[in-house]
Amino acid sequence: MSAATTLAPTHQGNTVLDAMVQEYLTFTLGEEEYGVDILKVQEIRGYDTITRMPDAPDFIKGVINLRGTIVPVVDMRIKFKLGKVVYDEFTVMIILNLGRRVVGMVVDGVSDVMQLNPDQVRPAPEFGGGVNTKYITGLGVLDQRMLILVDIEKLMSAADMALMDVQAQSLQ
Amino acid sequence: MTLDLSRFHQTFFDESFEGLDTMEAALLRLDPAAVDAETINTIFRAAHSIKGGSGTFGFTAVASFTHLLETLLDQMRSGKRVVTAENVDLLLKSSDAVRELLHAAKDAREVNVALIAEHQRALETTLATDGSASAVQVSAAPEALVEVAGGWSIRFLPQASLFRSGNEPIRILRELATLGPLTAEPVLDAQLKLVDSNPEDAHLGWQLQLAAPVNEAVVREVFSWVEDECTLVIEPLRAPDTKPTKPQLTVIEGGKGREAPEERRVSHDRRVSDRRSEAPAASGNAGGGSIRVPTEKIDLLINLVGELVITQAMLAQQANGLDPTVCEKLLAGLGQLDRNTRQLQESVMSIRMLPMDFVFSRFPRLVHDLASKLGKQIRLDTIGADTELDKSVIEKIADPLTHLVRNSLDHGIETPEDRIAAGKPAEGSITLKASHRGGNIVIEIIDDGRGLNRAKILAKARSNGLDVSDAMSDSEVNQLIFAPGFSTAEVVTDVSGRGVGMDVVKKNILALNGQVDLASKPGQGTHITIRLPLTLAILDGMSIGVGNEVFIVPLASVVESMQAQNDDVKTVGGTGRVVRVRNEMVPLMALHDLVQLPATTQREHNLFILIESEGRKLALEVDELLGQQQVVVKSLESNYRRVPYMSGATILGDGRVALILDAGELVRRTAPSLAA
Repeated sequence: MSAATTLAPTHQGNTVLDAMVQEYLTFTLGEEEYGVDILKVQEIRGYDTITRMPDAPDFIKGVINLRGTIVPVVDMRIKFKLGKVVYDEFTVMIILNLGRRVVGMVVDGVSDVMQLNPDQVRPAPEFGGGVNTKYITGLGVLDQRMLILVDIEKLMSAADMALMDVQAQSLQ
Repeated sequence: MTLDLSRFHQTFFDESFEGLDTMEAALLRLDPAAVDAETINTIFRAAHSIKGGSGTFGFTAVASFTHLLETLLDQMRSGKRVVTAENVDLLLKSSDAVRELLHAAKDAREVNVALIAEHQRALETTLATDGSASAVQVSAAPEALVEVAGGWSIRFLPQASLFRSGNEPIRILRELATLGPLTAEPVLDAQLKLVDSNPEDAHLGWQLQLAAPVNEAVVREVFSWVEDECTLVIEPLRAPDTKPTKPQLTVIEGGKGREAPEERRVSHDRRVSDRRSEAPAASGNAGGGSIRVPTEKIDLLINLVGELVITQAMLAQQANGLDPTVCEKLLAGLGQLDRNTRQLQESVMSIRMLPMDFVFSRFPRLVHDLASKLGKQIRLDTIGADTELDKSVIEKIADPLTHLVRNSLDHGIETPEDRIAAGKPAEGSITLKASHRGGNIVIEIIDDGRGLNRAKILAKARSNGLDVSDAMSDSEVNQLIFAPGFSTAEVVTDVSGRGVGMDVVKKNILALNGQVDLASKPGQGTHITIRLPLTLAILDGMSIGVGNEVFIVPLASVVESMQAQNDDVKTVGGTGRVVRVRNEMVPLMALHDLVQLPATTQREHNLFILIESEGRKLALEVDELLGQQQVVVKSLESNYRRVPYMSGATILGDGRVALILDAGELVRRTAPSLAA
């Protein structure tokens, strides 16, 4: 069990207080780099003991005990068929806090925290890779890198994630 | 200073509804033949606090209505009005009206004006007509009165903390002055040193003389908000012609008091008011102080203690391998931690426990009202009202219980004529009984009515298209009344008989992991037994291993575990399997198939656990039996969704998550599919 990684924000671009600047936690799935709103991220953990769930799709690995709360874990690599699915001491899990729910997602790796100005965000194209474009809020461009910005809350509450009951979905 | 009072509204409503409950309970206790002064006082105090509170928060409708109620009660309290059954009935109805008003105020909705006006008229009429009777009553008992024409001498010494509760003595003095000429002399605390005095403390007291011929109650009422924060001595002013031994009645002309003639009960000579000693009697509940805590806070505490228990178990497991000679102190400390954790867990769990009285207390009223409506005579006995049960369980059991009691009243107990004809006493009896048995609470509803009519139930079941036969056992027939849409009542009344209910009752009880059984003897009565777990938060479970996973089976549904011989297991139709348990063929499921776990090699043991729920049995094939333990039930749905065959999850001593099997769902989904 590896310890939770502390997040050190890296300051890129200007340091002028700009309300429009958003911070994203970036992670990789295969060759692609993704970004999620940092405010939705609760913590980053290593991958540890997981309890399998019956009647769950293969990308739902099961549930973990997160300090007394039972949290489901989704392997994004399986869900989006990206990256190599191996579980070792380098496998990381991003614990997301999506309003009333806590969900863990397994990714290939967590890179850093990036700040993006609105002019660095391009509209999402109409085709997508693994992730359905309706969950992509835009593409962040920074030097040579391109970030796929995901509306993680919408993505996780989508019906095909099978993370919640149908009634709960209609409530959200 | 503007003070937002609305944040106190919730507390006011909570307290007022509690007050109404107290009032109702006391009213039902009130026996017109033998009036107990303390009971009337309890009712009066409850009405008075509702009036006071609603006045403060500006719910004028409630305040003015309660005022009428209070006036009537005050007359009863002072003995001016005879307590009659009609009066009690009127008061009960009025308390309903107050409840309606409070609900309306709480939900900010329209009041049922007609209803309130009707009750108000009834109250006013009673107040107006019977007013003269008071004089008769008074002269009939002159020894109970003392003259107070001379006025009152009041010694008012506030406690230092008076200001902190937002009270202002000046206002009290002004209020007193409105009653009549008032002289006040300050009394200074002799030991007070200016240097160490706190400017926020009240150091001043007063010796007051009120030259007004008013009722002591009126004087006391002025102090009602500070009664428990001061020393209050109220004595009649010594007038030469006043002798308590020779009381007489005086007529007051144009007095400022609320009522005339004025009187005071000699028996009430406890002038030094110490509310702290009175408080238990006042609230009508068992003693001690209490605080109001939101349930979420308690749930959080219970969760945290649950975590602590898990952490403690984890430490204990780790410490098992330590050398006792080297780590003596550490092990002793862990032992201590173990004991403390358990105690802490027990006491935290007990916070959520409420006495059954919480539910039982609503029934006297229900029975009283229904019995008079149905023209039946019914005596209600409650036994074990102080049996404690988890709050969440108690809240969910209240409605099913109410339904069962209503049913007993409506269908069970016969009319007095029928009862006499059957050789039974005219008064029917319903007994509510609660007791602890093992880790369960057992609630029984026993009536001595006509019992269930087997033939009628069978006929009704046939007409409803249920699969029944005359060969069914009595208990099977009795269970039929829990089927949806089932009612054998000839007439649908507004009390019961609509056929919705018993199935809901059963569903609700099953949802609480409970059981309901029904026994009945024609002509002798019905005996319903409800068995419930004490709490929903903790479960006694048997941990079983399948592959690398651990599952918990609620111990309540485990019948036995066994190792079957190979020839005991037979297949049915190629896929289904049954196992012979003694002479019974029980459907068999492999747990690893149900939960879709990879099969392990060592399945030669033929190890089964036999579970039973809703009268159906199922054998579950498992890999190993790990032991029994208490587990803290956690919801899967809060972050995930419902999982088939699972009722929840828990965290094991090693920090892993284990799923808790839902025995009911298992037998429902698997047993009939084999039978069909």
